[in-house]
Amino acid sequence: MRYDRRYRTLDKYRFIAGFLALPLAFYALFVISPFIQAIYYSFTDWSGGPVANFIGFDNFTKMWNDERFWDSLEVSVILAVVAPLITLVLGMFFAYMITSGGRHRKGQAIAGVAGSSFYKVVYFFPQVLSVAIIAVVWGRVFNTNSGLINGGLDKVGFDGPAWLGGDRSLALIAVMIVLSWSFVGFYVVLFSAAMGAIPRDIYEAALLDGAGRGRTFFSVTLPLIWDTVRTGWIYMGIQALDSFAIVLVMVPEHVLKVTPVFLYERFRDGQYGYATSIGVVLLVLSMAFSLIVMRIGNRDRIEY
Amino acid sequence: MGSTSINRRDVMKRAAATSLLAVPAVGALSSCASGGGEENKAEKGEKSKKNPLGVKADAGLAVVVFNGGYGDKYAQFVTDMYKKRYPDSDAGQKSTTKIATQVQPKIVRGKPTADVINNSGADQMNPGKLVSNKQVADLTELLDAPSWDDPSVKVRDILEPAVEASGNFGGSGTFQAGISLTVYGTFYSKKLLEEGLDSAYPKTWDEMLAVCKKAKAKGIHGWSYPGGHPRYMFFSIYTMFAQRGGREITTAMDHLEPGAWKNDAVKDVFEAWEELVAKKYVLTGFDGTEAHTEMQTAWTKGGKCVFVPNGSWVENEAKDTTPKDFGMSFGPSPSLDSGDKMPFGTINAPAGEFYVVPEKAQNRQGGLEWLRAMYSKEAALNNFKELSALPVVKGAIDGQKMPHGVASVQAAIKTAGENVVIAKHMDWYNELFREDFNNMIAKFMLGQIGTKQAMDIMEKAGARILKDPDVVKVKKS
Repeated sequence: MRYDRRYRTLDKYRFIAGFLALPLAFYALFVISPFIQAIYYSFTDWSGGPVANFIGFDNFTKMWNDERFWDSLEVSVILAVVAPLITLVLGMFFAYMITSGGRHRKGQAIAGVAGSSFYKVVYFFPQVLSVAIIAVVWGRVFNTNSGLINGGLDKVGFDGPAWLGGDRSLALIAVMIVLSWSFVGFYVVLFSAAMGAIPRDIYEAALLDGAGRGRTFFSVTLPLIWDTVRTGWIYMGIQALDSFAIVLVMVPEHVLKVTPVFLYERFRDGQYGYATSIGVVLLVLSMAFSLIVMRIGNRDRIEY
Repeated sequence: MGSTSINRRDVMKRAAATSLLAVPAVGALSSCASGGGEENKAEKGEKSKKNPLGVKADAGLAVVVFNGGYGDKYAQFVTDMYKKRYPDSDAGQKSTTKIATQVQPKIVRGKPTADVINNSGADQMNPGKLVSNKQVADLTELLDAPSWDDPSVKVRDILEPAVEASGNFGGSGTFQAGISLTVYGTFYSKKLLEEGLDSAYPKTWDEMLAVCKKAKAKGIHGWSYPGGHPRYMFFSIYTMFAQRGGREITTAMDHLEPGAWKNDAVKDVFEAWEELVAKKYVLTGFDGTEAHTEMQTAWTKGGKCVFVPNGSWVENEAKDTTPKDFGMSFGPSPSLDSGDKMPFGTINAPAGEFYVVPEKAQNRQGGLEWLRAMYSKEAALNNFKELSALPVVKGAIDGQKMPHGVASVQAAIKTAGENVVIAKHMDWYNELFREDFNNMIAKFMLGQIGTKQAMDIMEKAGARILKDPDVVKVKKS
């Protein structure tokens, strides 16, 4: 019986379970249970006091009818779709330039542009700064009267627009620029690493076949780093869906807000039940976003 | 009732049953911890001429003060006054930044440990909830008592009417005691207006437009406002609503009545401003979180505009950039025309920095007495010197050397007399002001929307808040 196959399987799982029990318990306690609590509170009228009455779907109905929620969601979704597009394309372009954009020197199949190792470090700078600092600094840069951008426009004879305090679309563009600026360095490094792992002989073969840079990128590099791109897309999408700190610090609250800022304001007003229900919707949205990207980006993995 | 009809076992059973019942009822009780309360009898002493509130001389007094921008020294001054009069009271003061966290749980349980509380700061207790749960004392008894300085005058009569107006919650009774005044409205440079533009402060809207036109000819803007916090505009606009439509308009706004933002008075005021905006008399472009300082610097140091919406704190806030001969002055909002229901000179001046006395405080009378001491001339003067806050005690700072701006605000309060309006909805439904008015007026001041949309947005916002079950409504008496 000891050598029965079924027993051996059981024994194996018992072994694995023994190792996993503790981490799983911690995971359940500190990750799963807060989620469940939050989901529970989203069905109550909790206002921070000792009483939280169960009110069914009232919070969600209120959200459905709340224009401010839809306004904020619109901004969040635009950011989640467009910001990754800009950031990833820029990240990929810079990474490609760093790893294989240069002239072919010393008989090498690929090489980065001159000074590429320096650029690699520089691109990563924004990643080191705290988001709050980035928001404050860019807030000054976009300042209508005394900012760098409008100051520059002034010099060449243009009257700069009110970037942050005026139009919603201008503020959205400003947020998009800052968001992409602060994350692009991370993707440059990520994609450079992925591109660096591609064997050189594939490039050499492409070169021999007469492929130019563009063709090499689309036929060799991109398919081979596709998994990294997809992961990056999901990560950036979730970052953009959030973008809480940048919007909260940089943009005046009346111009535009993203859903997490709207959620935060509900907390501030003591509407904890309503705020958690917004949080639950955000959770569902980010999960849906990840699933969709996984689905549409799914293709056969190329082994090398 | 024969005592024999109940035996020991029954008593135990009943006790067990009540404690079982009590557990789930805690939540329900805590939200209406009023009535009954024999177990927590307030200490009371003999009323006398010197002790009109009947304070028990040897009862302890616990004062809790918010330790914020004002600090707690000014309150210690009052606590010392109290201690001097009741040496056996062992009056003590505690300061904290976490008012609600430290004080509210005990109030909710019906056993407050504090007797008078400075309910202020980011962690303040929601005063509306305290009042509707009957957890704070009605201060009418204090207002009817003889004043600290002169036994022949009631406390009520030495205070600015704003104290009572700011302390009520829709119904009768005063539940929070403000100790200083904030005056909201229009501020300007006397020097720029009188010498630079050779004009007097405009009393009517036509005069206002004329001054702005004159300013434009000299290359400066008539108005400006902090674009990052456009809600400042409310400070100058609000009294115009009251002037045009009378108090019923502002009361309707406070109580979120349908049509409150959709009447001719509101329309006339918005149209007046729409014209001013359309004529490009407004200097815009101060955005970001520090917009108010940027704007104030452009106004004081740069002399780029004449009028700004602001509050009485601006003189202190902008003092580093204000030239000596600037002549900072407060000006009431102009009248639209002779059809106005309230006169030119009406001001928006609520009392602030509130204190409350828990309804079931152990030394409730002591808490009231402490406030009576706070409303003495001596304490008011000390507050003014220490905090440069405008006291709510009439005449307390007469004869004091005052900065130009404070002096002009003082004069405006005197001129206004009874014509003080207070935007209660700013407190009760803060969201309406901070979110909806802010969003609306931002677009309005940039000329992106007009009068009709402005009214629609505010009317809709009021209806939304009225429907929102998460917002406690203050009922109209």
